[in-house]
Amino acid sequence: MLSVKNLHAAVDGKEILKGLSLDVPAGEVHAIMGPNGAGKSTLSYVLTGREGYEVTQGSATLDGDDLLALAPNERAAKGVFLSFQYPLEIPGVPALTFIRTALNAQRKARGEPEVTAPEFLRLAKTKAAELKIDFDMLKRALNVGFSGGEKKRMEILQMAMLSPRFLILDETDSGLDIDALRIVADGVNALRSPDRAMLVITHYQRLLDYIKPDRVHVLSAGRIVASGGPELALELEREGYDKYARAA
Amino acid sequence: MSVAAAIRARDPAELPGKRDEDWRWTDLRGLVREVPAPSAPLDPATLRPGSFDALADEVVVVANGGEARIAVNAGGSRTVALRIVSRGAGAHAGRVSVSVALGGRLTLLESYEGEGAYLAHTALAFEIAEGAAVERIVLADDDAEGVSVSQAEVRLEPGADFAQTVLTGGARRQRLETVVHHPGGHAELRLDGAYLLADRRHADLTTVVTHEAVDGTTEQLTKGVVRDQARGVFQGRIVVAQGADRTDARMGHHALILSDRAEVDAKPELLIYADDVSCAHGNTVGALDEDALFYARQRGIPEPDARAMLTEAFVGEVVERIGHDGARELAAAWVSERLRGA
Repeated sequence: MLSVKNLHAAVDGKEILKGLSLDVPAGEVHAIMGPNGAGKSTLSYVLTGREGYEVTQGSATLDGDDLLALAPNERAAKGVFLSFQYPLEIPGVPALTFIRTALNAQRKARGEPEVTAPEFLRLAKTKAAELKIDFDMLKRALNVGFSGGEKKRMEILQMAMLSPRFLILDETDSGLDIDALRIVADGVNALRSPDRAMLVITHYQRLLDYIKPDRVHVLSAGRIVASGGPELALELEREGYDKYARAA
Repeated sequence: MSVAAAIRARDPAELPGKRDEDWRWTDLRGLVREVPAPSAPLDPATLRPGSFDALADEVVVVANGGEARIAVNAGGSRTVALRIVSRGAGAHAGRVSVSVALGGRLTLLESYEGEGAYLAHTALAFEIAEGAAVERIVLADDDAEGVSVSQAEVRLEPGADFAQTVLTGGARRQRLETVVHHPGGHAELRLDGAYLLADRRHADLTTVVTHEAVDGTTEQLTKGVVRDQARGVFQGRIVVAQGADRTDARMGHHALILSDRAEVDAKPELLIYADDVSCAHGNTVGALDEDALFYARQRGIPEPDARAMLTEAFVGEVVERIGHDGARELAAAWVSERLRGA
């Protein structure tokens, strides 16, 4: 599914990713852990095509397609979804309108017919109920005045409705209390399937109690410096990132 | 010194220009070297239907100048479409008087429809009696070559409501001015506007509100979107006279500049001579939020659509405050077409 090879990327001329390689096969959940400043968010932005993140070397492909050659919306239509660490507020655009616009734009890009209004509303109601989101909230401007936890839940709702194939969760647990974390994790776990893959970016191990990864990678100073099974996350929790920071 | 006088006398020296403080960003004297000959008469019967016609009880047309009078009797209620039409390259001036008697209600759907390189002036006088309510919605579709000035003077009596929304796409040079005499006494005033400008178009939304006595409210929200080499001007002045205590006045002006060569000039002014008042103003000019834009694109929305969606939402706040349902829908469609077509 996702294959990243020797990726170098710079922001404002400063190299942040320094030869990152990573393979996430379909059906698997991989966690990326690392200290602050290791390049975790940079990786998520480079994979989704944010402006200002300049790839200087290397490649990133999804099912063989060169992601780096595509516009952000084209990557989304291919199934790449980023759950933002800090979801943006979109004043004046009701959440429902925003999600429907996104869904239909993706479908159009893939040559699929648009969803009808009743179909869309039915889907929105079902998914909102699963995530314990008050449906009236979806009539309000997206994320405007929402609490941190509500914004994260809204990310998962969008994820559930857009049904992406490759999911990137950037610090999704930050700002969540334990109940909200469980709801969010249930929402994410419901999306696990043999034809999907996920990259879970997190500083703390806590989220991985709820979203169990198949593989754990340590990102330090712009490179993957160690990889292992779920036990690696526990070791990091115990011992910290120091030895990897030194290794990098 | 007035546009109407300049047209009457065919004397460009009568036009206001940049030496006049209130006209320094909308210089007519520097632009119009010669006042054109009077416009040829225009038969309203030859015009296509106006966009507001279907919503109105009555359609009033002022074509290439002329006079009109709109009156609502005490306790009456009407929706009137007022069409100010300009055709050709001549000069003309129009006068419209609007009176609403005690407790009357008027929805005025006013459109400026221009084709040609005209010089047009429209003077409107509103007399709104006690307990009467007026909603005025203005849709200005002037020609890119036209020069148009509309000046409205509104006199409110205590307990009257006046709500206004002006939407404009600008002209070669255009000013839509509203002067309100606010008597306080629980009269309520809303003065909103939006200018959506492309190419080399210019629009100037100027308002002057004078709170003359106690207990008056004014709420004002203006938004602008300018691109290419367009220029938007907002001048909002609120005067609270001595003794006009317990006045509550709020003014907001927010503009998006979508190109390096576009320009917005804003002058919000609060002149307060009373002691016990609550007044505030906010003014922002900036670009579209690039982070929000990336967020929308990450969800699959192509960049032009994402820009249009965010810009439309920005202007939408003004449109949503329109009270008349049909006019609000028309205004929303007009905004959408302007932003997506440009």
